[in-house]
Amino acid sequence: MSKVTEILETMEYGPAPEDAKLVNEWLEARGRKFGVYVGGAWHEGETHFASVNPATGQEIAQITQATEATVDAAVSAATAAQAEWAANPSLRQQKLYAVARQIQKHSRLFAVLETLDNGKPIRETRDLDIPLVARHFYYHAGWAPLMAEEFPGYKPVGVCGQIIPWNFPLLMLAWKIAPALAMGNTVILKPAEFTSLTALLFADICDQVGVPAGVVNIVTGDGETGKAIVAHPGIHKLAFTGSTEVGRILRQATAETDKKLSLELGGKSPYIVFDDADLDSAVEGLVDAIWFNQGQVCCAGSRLLVQESIAEKAFAKIRTRMSKLRVGNPMDKVVDIGAIVDKTQLDRITELVELGVTEGATKFQPECKLPEGGWFYPPTLLTGVEPASTVAQVEIFGPVLVAMTFRTPAEAVALANNTPYGLASSVWTQNLDIAHDVAAQIKAGTVWVNCTNQFDASAGFGGYRESGYGREGGKEGLYEYVKLTPQSANFSLQPSSKGTSAGLDRTHKLYVGGKQVRPDGGFSFPALGGEFALANRKDVRNAVEAADAAASGWASATGFLRSQILYYLAENLVAGRDAMISTLSAGGSTAPEQEFEASVATILHYAAWADKYDGQVHQAPIRGLVYTRNEALGASAVFAPNAPGLAGFLGACLPLIAMGSPVVAIASEKAPLAAMELVRIIEASDIPSGVWNVLTGVHSELEGTIGDHLGLNAVWHFGSIEGGHRIQKTSAGNLKQTWSAPEGTINWLATPNKEFLRRATQVKNVWVPYGA
Amino acid sequence: MITSGAGATTHKRNPGMPLDLEWVESLTANRSAIERRAATLGGRRTVKKEWQAAWLIRAIQCMDLTTLSGDDTAGNVHRLCAKAKQPLSAEMLEKLGLENLHTGAVCVYHQYVEECVKNLKGTGIPVAAVSTGFPHGLSPFRERIHEIKASVAAGADEIDIVITRGHVLRGDWEALYEEMRQFREACGEAHVKAILATGELGTLTNVARASAVCMMAGADFIKTSTGKEPVNATLPVSLVMVRAIREYEEMARVKVGYKPAGGIRTAKQSIDFLMLMKEELGDPWLKPDLFRLGASTLLADIERQLEHFLTGRYSAYNRHAMG
Repeated sequence: MSKVTEILETMEYGPAPEDAKLVNEWLEARGRKFGVYVGGAWHEGETHFASVNPATGQEIAQITQATEATVDAAVSAATAAQAEWAANPSLRQQKLYAVARQIQKHSRLFAVLETLDNGKPIRETRDLDIPLVARHFYYHAGWAPLMAEEFPGYKPVGVCGQIIPWNFPLLMLAWKIAPALAMGNTVILKPAEFTSLTALLFADICDQVGVPAGVVNIVTGDGETGKAIVAHPGIHKLAFTGSTEVGRILRQATAETDKKLSLELGGKSPYIVFDDADLDSAVEGLVDAIWFNQGQVCCAGSRLLVQESIAEKAFAKIRTRMSKLRVGNPMDKVVDIGAIVDKTQLDRITELVELGVTEGATKFQPECKLPEGGWFYPPTLLTGVEPASTVAQVEIFGPVLVAMTFRTPAEAVALANNTPYGLASSVWTQNLDIAHDVAAQIKAGTVWVNCTNQFDASAGFGGYRESGYGREGGKEGLYEYVKLTPQSANFSLQPSSKGTSAGLDRTHKLYVGGKQVRPDGGFSFPALGGEFALANRKDVRNAVEAADAAASGWASATGFLRSQILYYLAENLVAGRDAMISTLSAGGSTAPEQEFEASVATILHYAAWADKYDGQVHQAPIRGLVYTRNEALGASAVFAPNAPGLAGFLGACLPLIAMGSPVVAIASEKAPLAAMELVRIIEASDIPSGVWNVLTGVHSELEGTIGDHLGLNAVWHFGSIEGGHRIQKTSAGNLKQTWSAPEGTINWLATPNKEFLRRATQVKNVWVPYGA
Repeated sequence: MITSGAGATTHKRNPGMPLDLEWVESLTANRSAIERRAATLGGRRTVKKEWQAAWLIRAIQCMDLTTLSGDDTAGNVHRLCAKAKQPLSAEMLEKLGLENLHTGAVCVYHQYVEECVKNLKGTGIPVAAVSTGFPHGLSPFRERIHEIKASVAAGADEIDIVITRGHVLRGDWEALYEEMRQFREACGEAHVKAILATGELGTLTNVARASAVCMMAGADFIKTSTGKEPVNATLPVSLVMVRAIREYEEMARVKVGYKPAGGIRTAKQSIDFLMLMKEELGDPWLKPDLFRLGASTLLADIERQLEHFLTGRYSAYNRHAMG
């Protein structure tokens, strides 16, 4: 029998190997040994380590372990190049466009190199990674000339340090470098030590197209090199994608600096299937959700939540689908699942799955022959998993799906949000009402309706909660690479000779959950204009509880309702104009009338914005809607500036409140009088209980408790530099968002800029492909 | 004798089942997700070299070599039958190590059934007749039944009926079920393929539901198109139909066959359809008893590709015998 007739008996696919010839030539031409690319030139390294093909365990090339001195040189080069780069937007557009073109021209070279280095199937690098990389550079090329018009008042951050993971080596490079360069920054990028090669090929491309020396610097190495980047004082912005654990370390390591920080961290993303979904399509979607890139995807749909009424049917379909997955040599075009990046990762997956079984889960793995020699793990389904199971909570980062059931949309949302993470989610239903309602309630930066793992340069990607902060992609992502031109405004206080009232005593309490309460400790402290309740840890706890209880109601209140309430607050403040002006005077204001007018203007400003800070519809290349929601952050805390006592207090609290987040506000430490008188107006202005909680006390004594509090989603600090650093450091616990702007950097009497609204919200991207 | 693994028509008939409206109405199809799966399938699977050659041979074995033109005559029908009997040149067959290669069937109008039966006698190649007022299916119902019976009497082994699209568009599943059931009965021993004319059904959800109803009413095959609608056999439509077949098998324990037809002209397309069958349904659907490709010009492209496989040189149409 001829071979053809044999195949006719089995109807197998046969091998379809991708050719590595061009890649090998490229590697050989460089002696399979790489230096670093710094200041527009290659520099030989002193010590090297091996980059290994995870599918075979064989060495591909030697990579330089960059030292502190190398990082130093890279920062110098980046610093030297930055001003001219920033000054020339059309050059930036041209060079980013040229990079995009070169990547397309050499797309197969990049794809094959990525597969050899990372172990992911050639189908993915060829059809997904590399096209998305080119798209990212195209999209951002266009932002360079639009920057002046679209980002008035902003300028580049400066020199950016960027540290990326091994799961999408070149794509993560693109997500970091393209927006940074578009906005006029220069970069030092460190690829993951497992996967440096495509970044080095990228450096070659930059060289070819004439990206100016020093604009892009690629330094390779392990965590030590990363540490040198994180610690370098010449770097103004750090962007990191990787584990939540390392994200916390970065937050702490940079806490005592004013480095800008964006973190894209781990996830345990829910994949929700309702009983009216196109079940076969939802099952197929899982292949893209959890069996994509061996499940080594931060936004992998790793937690299947399926409606109880269809659960058994769904599990049966999933098992059938799994039996068709092909695990094997990632260079074979007919392979769905390639190699796990490294042995340590393979061991971790294996251990976690065994733990899951020990804890009661039922394991299903289809029969499939794993290749010998590399690091492979079969697709796995764990059923009988409960929210309390370890495998339902921790990120496995492997091809392992855990499945649970729910009964109602409300329970689906509750289970979906029952995690410290909040990166992404998928919702499968043919019902519009369910889709948009659930999309609005899930705490995650991306919601994919009837699809999964969709990415585009035009749509921001990034986390809620401990999945990090900052966005990559879309206009929203560019703010990570710009900063406002700083203001300078110093406000002073002066003790008043007059008392506050005629004779009768005035008692200032704390305002928690809509009630005036005595401080837990029973102490008072003196400040301008009288004595004030001294809040302690427990008062903070109570205030956060009140804020948290109010959070979902206030976030889902309409912007129109919030707007009306703020107008009413302004009305009531104006009605007591004279009294408040004398309070301001008694409380230390040096320009009480001006401050009063500014305070009213601030309230009116946010009353105006409350129903107007709209999301947008992105032009992602799909037939469908990709819309953004500017969502509330949830319970947040604000340390108001010392001065001005009222205008600063309002300016600090109202953006959050107007955008739907309840606030625990710590009034000015030195001049809290006006804020405490304002409490009486708040009480009379229909603001729901718990939405605005006001404490007085010594800021330095409360910063630790508030920074540490795991129930707070954001903390804004407008006081001392040290206090701001303390908040940044302690925030690492739950990676809450922080904003520390020391006194003197914000003019509270001027019209607030939109940065406040941007900081008071987090962008959620909802993808809704449609089709009749 | 080497029969090239295709096997004879051993397909177990689909006895059908009572109309289950709850199942019908539970079927939905998300177009974007389905298009995504269809679009990425070709990137996930491929066949090269000997494998590609074998798969193309299989496409020939599964082909309903078709002529359905207003100007058909005995002459071109004869030519078609000759090609069905000898789809590849003797030289190519020998190089491929094959004997007795023929197409899955020939497919003609009733008028030429007798001609084909005579012509194909002893070859084992079944004759399929399009029927029931093909392509629109709007002739009087009694005449449609009569047309089936006439074709069966003339020796047709397979009858490709067309459904009343209006029943689907109006959601009148009982009427569709009843129509299909009567067509099936009129076919007697002949296998029946139900042409849904998916290009005229409006939505993929309608395609899924019409597939389900026709299978419950006893269709042995479900088929996309007449070839006369504006949109014919596409991969997304096929995905919906084969998923319905899979679900019907889970429920009724009967395997129903699938026939995409219309617009399938390239060797690459035929491989895409075979891959879809292998991935979504499994290997039993890679044989002519459960899979047919309705095509008229496809064979010529497959011949060219096979010649390229054998010689390493790109081929030309004039080197291969016309069908």
